[in-house]
Amino acid sequence: MGIKVEHLNYIYGNGTAFEQHALKDVNLEIKDGEFIGLIGHTGSGKSTLIQHLNGLIRGTSGAIYYNDKNIYSDGYNMQALRSQVGLVFQYPEHQLFEVDVFSDVCFGPKNQKLSKEEIETRAKEALTMVGLDESYYKRSPFDLSGGQKRRVAIAGVLAMRPEVLILDEPTAGLDPKGRDEILDQIERLHKEQKMTIILVSHSMEDIARYVDRILVMNQGEKVFDDTPKEVFKHYKELEAIGLAAPQITYVVHTLKERGIPIDSNITTIEEARDEILRLLSK
Amino acid sequence: MGIIKASKLIFDYIRRDEEENIEEIKRAIDDVSLDIEAGQFIAILGHNGSGKSTFAKQLNAILLPTEGTVWIQGLDTSKEENLWEVRKKTGMVFQNPDNQIIGNIVEEDVGFGPENMGVPTEEIWRRVDESLKAVGMASYRLKSPNKLSGGQKQRVAIAGVMAMRPQCIVLDEPTAMLDPNGRKEVVKTVLELNKKEGITVLLITHYMEEVTDADRVIVMDEGKVVMDGTPKEIFSRVEELKSYRLDVPQVTELAYELQKGGVDLPDGILTLEELMENLIPKFAGHISNKEASENGGDHGN
Repeated sequence: MGIKVEHLNYIYGNGTAFEQHALKDVNLEIKDGEFIGLIGHTGSGKSTLIQHLNGLIRGTSGAIYYNDKNIYSDGYNMQALRSQVGLVFQYPEHQLFEVDVFSDVCFGPKNQKLSKEEIETRAKEALTMVGLDESYYKRSPFDLSGGQKRRVAIAGVLAMRPEVLILDEPTAGLDPKGRDEILDQIERLHKEQKMTIILVSHSMEDIARYVDRILVMNQGEKVFDDTPKEVFKHYKELEAIGLAAPQITYVVHTLKERGIPIDSNITTIEEARDEILRLLSK
Repeated sequence: MGIIKASKLIFDYIRRDEEENIEEIKRAIDDVSLDIEAGQFIAILGHNGSGKSTFAKQLNAILLPTEGTVWIQGLDTSKEENLWEVRKKTGMVFQNPDNQIIGNIVEEDVGFGPENMGVPTEEIWRRVDESLKAVGMASYRLKSPNKLSGGQKQRVAIAGVMAMRPQCIVLDEPTAMLDPNGRKEVVKTVLELNKKEGITVLLITHYMEEVTDADRVIVMDEGKVVMDGTPKEIFSRVEELKSYRLDVPQVTELAYELQKGGVDLPDGILTLEELMENLIPKFAGHISNKEASENGGDHGN
């Protein structure tokens, strides 16, 4: 079960002078309950890829299986797919439009043609998941802070009870505390609701801290697909394609080069601290 | 008096209902006094809603003080006769590159500012040339801006401001929407303008790594200036920064954690080199050859 992408190609403006091969023979598998980080510089094909996963863009060739069914097969229910694979776009707060927070979150389930009670139950549930209590329900979404607005927007997608949640740079423009709050909440959804998460991010530090597996895109191709530890070992290759490893990776590798026998699998501050203190206590 | 001076600056956002009655007053800047010297690179930090952007908008008279005064090179921003001069002296660059580009080709976009100022045509072209060179975008002169990457667009936006020959550039989170490469490009460009052209720079950002090269860091919270010093001074106060919802670079945090764990390191380490210089000597005598050979193989478990 989960998502399986086979030989996926996508060409923008196929057959015109502006033809651009945005995805090239992408193969990948995402299992239920995984927490995936998707990285790549601007224009590498990340956003194009995630829009394929819930059928917003149709591949030029190749196939995508969701729960073992090919989403390009005849009669496939795309609408159902879009509520099962929830996509939170960049700057999702720009899409808020209702008079109050609660109505905004109800919009998704309302379009799923559910009963009024069910819609409200789901909206409450979703707002609780993102940490907004009843005191926010009747407030105008436009009077909230940037981080709060973004949480309302995420709740709008959660209210459709997706099995997979894809977030395109959910922390862009937030201050460090707001960033941690959003990411902690996403991690909770992953742990408590067993939701599959695909996190698109430019922040290697965030990726290192939260995800189980990293997919790296470059020029429309998947170039790495492994755990953070393994991917960040290739920090020189990452730099060559316009990315970088977390600062901590550089600390660890420099120590190693200078002859300190530090464990090079380390990717977070806590791990580095413990390991350095352990070595120094000898 | 420096190039920018604010004295007891207060700014209130006032919300009114349909009958123009005051519904809510929100104090965004609360008694800020600052003096900024010409030629400095200043970074302003603060969480969302701390008043940074409101302060930035005071510097070229997009917003005017509710109380107190702001002077740009001695010109009071609240006097209408100073408006044009003030706006010529401070250029602004905003977060979203797509909202500030209007030309169909790069050179046209860069020339827009000076054209509006009534600069003679030949002089406009000279300035366009110089500005595009200064931001490293001269070879894109005849390209369409929408074919550029985010970092390149921001550099064009900076060139557009440069072409107006300001004494000071205020950048309000210019890198928030960019990828790591784009961020590096923009920060490098801004640093160069400051060092080579002597332009005073005020950089508002959430990325702590962009601040380490600044001459001075100002931290805002609840509309007030709560910290003000060199990057070293500011980043040695890790807990205090966190209490303002901010962060420190990972290297600084690691050094701080090691200090707490009893390792004797200087305060406010900002770069990898500094950390290595101070940390590596500590290992002398702690690492036995046996362990070095055990771990050296790197078997990845």
